[in-house]
Amino acid sequence: MKPLQRLQRFFLESLFLPAVGLLLCLLLWQVLSGKTVKTTVRDDFGDLVTVTKRVGLSKDLPSPAETWAASKTYVLQPWAKRGELDQGILAFTWLSLKLVAQGYAIALILGTPIGFCLGLSKSFAKTFDPIIQILRPVSPLAWLPLGMVLFLSVKIHVPGAGAPYTASELAAIFTIAVCSMWPTVLNTAVGVRAIPQDYLNVAKVLKLSRTKTLLKVLVPATLPYMFTGFRLSLGIAWLVIVAAEMLTGRPGVGGFLWQQYNALNYAHIILCILTIGFVGYALDRLMSLVESRFKSV
Amino acid sequence: MSAHLELSQIGKTYSSARGRAVIVQNFNLKVAKGEFVTLIGHSGCGKSTVLSMLSGLQPPSEGAIILAGKEVRGPGPDRGVVFQSPCLLPWLSAFDNVLLGVNQVFPNAPRAERHQVAEYYLSIVGLADSMHRRPAEISAGMRQRVGIARAFAIAPKMLLLDEPFGMLDSLTRMELQQVLVDLWRRDQKTAVMVTHDVDEALFLSDRIVMMTDGPAAEVGDILTVPFPHPRSRQEVLDHPEYSRLRDHLIEFLEVHAHRRKTGPAEAPADTAASVPLACPHPEPTPLPLSTP
Repeated sequence: MKPLQRLQRFFLESLFLPAVGLLLCLLLWQVLSGKTVKTTVRDDFGDLVTVTKRVGLSKDLPSPAETWAASKTYVLQPWAKRGELDQGILAFTWLSLKLVAQGYAIALILGTPIGFCLGLSKSFAKTFDPIIQILRPVSPLAWLPLGMVLFLSVKIHVPGAGAPYTASELAAIFTIAVCSMWPTVLNTAVGVRAIPQDYLNVAKVLKLSRTKTLLKVLVPATLPYMFTGFRLSLGIAWLVIVAAEMLTGRPGVGGFLWQQYNALNYAHIILCILTIGFVGYALDRLMSLVESRFKSV
Repeated sequence: MSAHLELSQIGKTYSSARGRAVIVQNFNLKVAKGEFVTLIGHSGCGKSTVLSMLSGLQPPSEGAIILAGKEVRGPGPDRGVVFQSPCLLPWLSAFDNVLLGVNQVFPNAPRAERHQVAEYYLSIVGLADSMHRRPAEISAGMRQRVGIARAFAIAPKMLLLDEPFGMLDSLTRMELQQVLVDLWRRDQKTAVMVTHDVDEALFLSDRIVMMTDGPAAEVGDILTVPFPHPRSRQEVLDHPEYSRLRDHLIEFLEVHAHRRKTGPAEAPADTAASVPLACPHPEPTPLPLSTP
């Protein structure tokens, strides 16, 4: 292909068509959203008063322009902290990400070995598979209250980390860990079962020790599957944080969303949704990059 | 003279849902130190099963295998195995694949020495320039060279080769046969190879064990190959005995194909291919040693 053609194609496929899609969505949003109408009427006492009214298909839904006007401060001063539940959007994102990172780390640390056990031992799989299949589809909304109960009287103080973990923080971490663990568990198990017999025969005829077989054969052979699991787990962890923050009212993107809903600031809900989407997308891209690096090996 | 390797009354039976399937029975063989013995037979006749029992990946159902005075129980690095597919770990370079075995066998040797051993064998098989490449980056023939280097580098008491050149084109196959025979002569290794290539067997072996067709395969006949070492391919082809031996082997294989065709078993005598390719009772899969 000629360079000019390639440029044209890039322009069409990577810029023009996505822009068309974006515009269509904005248009739909604009059509659905309401607008503020001011009318002057004469009231019962004969005075002229201005009445503000929302009209439209969904009259309380702010239009794109109104959303931007209301969200400007949060986007343009992303790190500002005016109050616990009034911070810049990146400050909120950072708070959420910190919690996600902790829950996700626990999910990987627990999930990977469990996956290995499931893949390696038939009796382990037979023992725990039913439980896993039952726990896997449980919604984060159901886990969170249990987490609150579990950690109600638990105080964890990490030296040098400032304030001790609160029950709601621990419950959120617990929920993230429990919900995001499963893709890692299941993918690792599938990966271990898919290891070609050839590789295991090499380990056998060389009489590698158990540890060596694990580190030199099993783990490298399973890595691509493990990373697929890690990527899916991260997606779920990010889904769960929003629910956890909404239920606990913790500062973060999800907590902000819920608070603004209660405060009738609908524009900020849309801001939060877009932020959650962008961050989720960025995390997924990041993990895909890491994953493809390991897949190519 | 006592044998270096002795198989006495080896048998392998699988019990399946349809009952017991006897793959190999009454298999007796003695191999002297430094001897190169080939097992030849039709596909699926159980020759790979015998090799698999020698490697220890499958235990024999009956009988015993004695290697250098000790009974073989389970796999171990005292036998260097060259698999049909090279079985290299794809995340390791050719060098690291060989080194993995060397480290396992000489854990107390200095690091530099272990590296030297791996490098030495890789350069002998002709991979001096590409030993740091990954299996995916080299050709199938080169991968099998790595497999051969790995088998020799662990200084085994004997070599086991399971159709090592079966997946290569004929030119590469001839090259690698030469590599193998050179290394075998240099290291004086006892070797047992499985093949169904008559010419390969004649070029490499001191003795050729012809196996009857399965089920319940046995040693049918043993042929001693009189060609002196070192051999060149041309000398072997020109040897007056060559065509007689070759005919003998082919006749044996054909007789057994015929026997199976008209045997008392399933197939009516008038349908049947001239050379049956599979046993009526195929070996259960997966067979550790025979990877497609």
